[in-house]
Amino acid sequence: MLEYLFQALTPLNLLLALAGVVAGTIIGSLPGLTATMAVAVLVPITFTMPVTSALIMLGAIYTGAIYGGAYAAILLNTPGTPSAIATTFDGYPMAKRGDGDLAITLACIASVVGGLVGAFFLLVLAPPLAEVALAFGPAEYFWMALFGLTLIAALSEGNLTKGLIGGCFGLLLACVGSAAVSGDIRFTFGSLTMIGGIETVSALIGLYCIPVLIDLVAVSERHLNVTGEQRGYRLKEAMAISWKGKFNLARSSIIGTFVGILPGAGGSIAGLVSYSEARRASKDKSQFGKGAPEGIQATESANNATVGGGFVPTLVLGIPGTPPDAVILGALMVHGLRVGPEMFESSGSIVYTFIFGLFIATLLMLPAGLLIGRYAYRFIITVPKALLVPTVAFMTLIGAYSIRNSVSDVFIMLVLGALSWVLNRFGFSPSPIVLGLILGRIAEEGFVQSWTIGAATENLFGMFFGRPISMVIIAAIGLGLFYPFFAKQIRLKRLQKEVIE
Amino acid sequence: MVIKSILTHFATSAIAATLAFSSLAQADYPEKSVSYIVPFGPGGESDVTARHQQPFFKKLFDEDLVISYKPGGGGAVGWSQLNTMKGDGYSMMGINLPHIIIKPLQKNVGFETKDLTGVYMFHYTPDAIVVKQDSPFKTLDDLVAFAKQNPGKLILSGSGKGSANHLAQVRFDNMASVKSTYVSFKGTGKAVAALLGEQVLAQWGYTSVGAKHEGKVRMLAVATESRHPRFPDVPTFKELGYDLVSGAYRGIAVPKSTPEDVRQKISSMIADINSDKEFRQRMENDGMMLLDVSYDKMDAFIAQKSKEYISAAKQAGVIK
Repeated sequence: MLEYLFQALTPLNLLLALAGVVAGTIIGSLPGLTATMAVAVLVPITFTMPVTSALIMLGAIYTGAIYGGAYAAILLNTPGTPSAIATTFDGYPMAKRGDGDLAITLACIASVVGGLVGAFFLLVLAPPLAEVALAFGPAEYFWMALFGLTLIAALSEGNLTKGLIGGCFGLLLACVGSAAVSGDIRFTFGSLTMIGGIETVSALIGLYCIPVLIDLVAVSERHLNVTGEQRGYRLKEAMAISWKGKFNLARSSIIGTFVGILPGAGGSIAGLVSYSEARRASKDKSQFGKGAPEGIQATESANNATVGGGFVPTLVLGIPGTPPDAVILGALMVHGLRVGPEMFESSGSIVYTFIFGLFIATLLMLPAGLLIGRYAYRFIITVPKALLVPTVAFMTLIGAYSIRNSVSDVFIMLVLGALSWVLNRFGFSPSPIVLGLILGRIAEEGFVQSWTIGAATENLFGMFFGRPISMVIIAAIGLGLFYPFFAKQIRLKRLQKEVIE
Repeated sequence: MVIKSILTHFATSAIAATLAFSSLAQADYPEKSVSYIVPFGPGGESDVTARHQQPFFKKLFDEDLVISYKPGGGGAVGWSQLNTMKGDGYSMMGINLPHIIIKPLQKNVGFETKDLTGVYMFHYTPDAIVVKQDSPFKTLDDLVAFAKQNPGKLILSGSGKGSANHLAQVRFDNMASVKSTYVSFKGTGKAVAALLGEQVLAQWGYTSVGAKHEGKVRMLAVATESRHPRFPDVPTFKELGYDLVSGAYRGIAVPKSTPEDVRQKISSMIADINSDKEFRQRMENDGMMLLDVSYDKMDAFIAQKSKEYISAAKQAGVIK
């Protein structure tokens, strides 16, 4: 094993890992430029490299981009990549009250922890873990998507009706364009613009970022409230909080690894699931959504853990765990490399050198990420509003366009943005809409497939309800769904107790 | 008078110069990087084959081939915009069969098959029936026998509806007089995962699946004319009595405004890449079959394939 570590430690590989992390972080921090794109754009550079160096660089870009997504989430309330959706929930409130520097440092530490945990599982347990990916059939994906949707209940406590309306609107948006399974074209109202459907990332930019931009222009206050002088990285403070949240970090990293293993799930779902679990486990739930550090820790550790997790099915089965993995897998094919369980045996040197490279890249993310994060933060707080607004506005346009090189996506982004601003006035938050949009497609796909198989085997009930993993997820859904009611009951009881006492 | 003649002189020489320049430009084509748009997301097979071509383009023509993506609507978003691009030879786009034939017949997707100016079809990934290594189906006959005894219960995964996999399933069911159930997945990767996870009994996949997952899966038959060089032991459907030669065909199209000589030039360039020995080797290793349909043969090829696909798609209920 040790010789693989030394192979990963060559100056060239170290340099590539560092360059990859830096490039990834910067690309990921720009809304609309996702990890998938960061990897895809930089793939050709790796063709001239030896295979292990190429893999290390791609892995570093990927892991950096997932972390970079946190900047925009925290400072602009816009997830830089879909993985950072749940980072906005608490990151932006923290930045608003002047703790943006702390939030970024926390995100960096959490990302490194998550990345290390994911890489660790990849190192020691990849072949057996790959079986998990195969155990998940269409029915399990359907239920998992429904489980994700129950998060709406948790996210909109006290305002459930509006949350549900938002979720349904998101589900409707998910139906626009060509259908997930059949390819039928629907809800386009004859418009060619809508054929490609609502692109998730451009929708994210519209729903989250445009309202922030409008508010920036509409109110005369500064974008972020900063009091007093600069407080540096606030590393000590962040370390203390991270140590306090070690169980949260561990739990979220493990959730992230497992969700990453499931092909087609990815960082956004990992972040959302671990956010809701962190919230469920927390003693003071009322702080979530108002700037609780635990929220950032959960999301950021989980989404970086999906990197290692996603490589499990990619390298063992040749089935990409997450979208960026699909690109990396394609690059490996061009390099003439066959993936499979034997990679962990016969040609072990490549895969183990790569995994150690991933460890190194993740560790390098700590200094690199802190430094870049500091510049990002400084830029956002010092730049005058007159410059900030057009810069961010420009970024939203470029981001929405570049995801599919499509002007239609820019229009859709702007329309959704305006709509989101109006809905915000009426107390609707964008998150349930986004959940519906992302999870609706996964749920539909799983449902139609399960139905087809169940109907063919004449066992529809067993297909949906009789499979062990499905049953576990269904139980979790029950818990999530009725959670707000329980919470209310418990609160009432506590209140009664206090009154009596 | 003098001024006029001078002006005429200038004008004619300017025209002459432009003409000379333009023919020179074509002789030197390409003199800058060429944009190659894949109308699907990164990481799919269309991307991988483009990536295979990329280094050979550079090697043979000394200019970069820059790959970008325009996914959406199963390729429709890209294809509907192809003719709005500049026809100077520096923009080209991947085209896929059966997509470009079936899509426009389903609904208005912003383009017709005839709107796309294909200049070359460079390969196809043959359809194949794939089972797990330890599957009780040892031969295609086993599979057909099971399907005959259990109508509808032979469940196969495949990539997409109205896709090469799906149309092959419909055509094969007809030829073998069986009724199987096709479960559409989003992409070949997920269809393989369903096979390996035993969610389905078999997969309508491609020879590339056999290559990529060698050791974990077996192919019962492949839809090629003669045996695939990479899999000499796997019989063709033809040998077994089913006249099925099909797969996902990939080619390259240019905007309609591209001049005739540039179209021919690009066609011959793709042909050059296709005849590179190392390129052939790499593609065949991945389970692809190379194909050489040049610009002059495109119309006949598309017409013939349209006939096959449209009748299968009608039976499948994918188009009316």
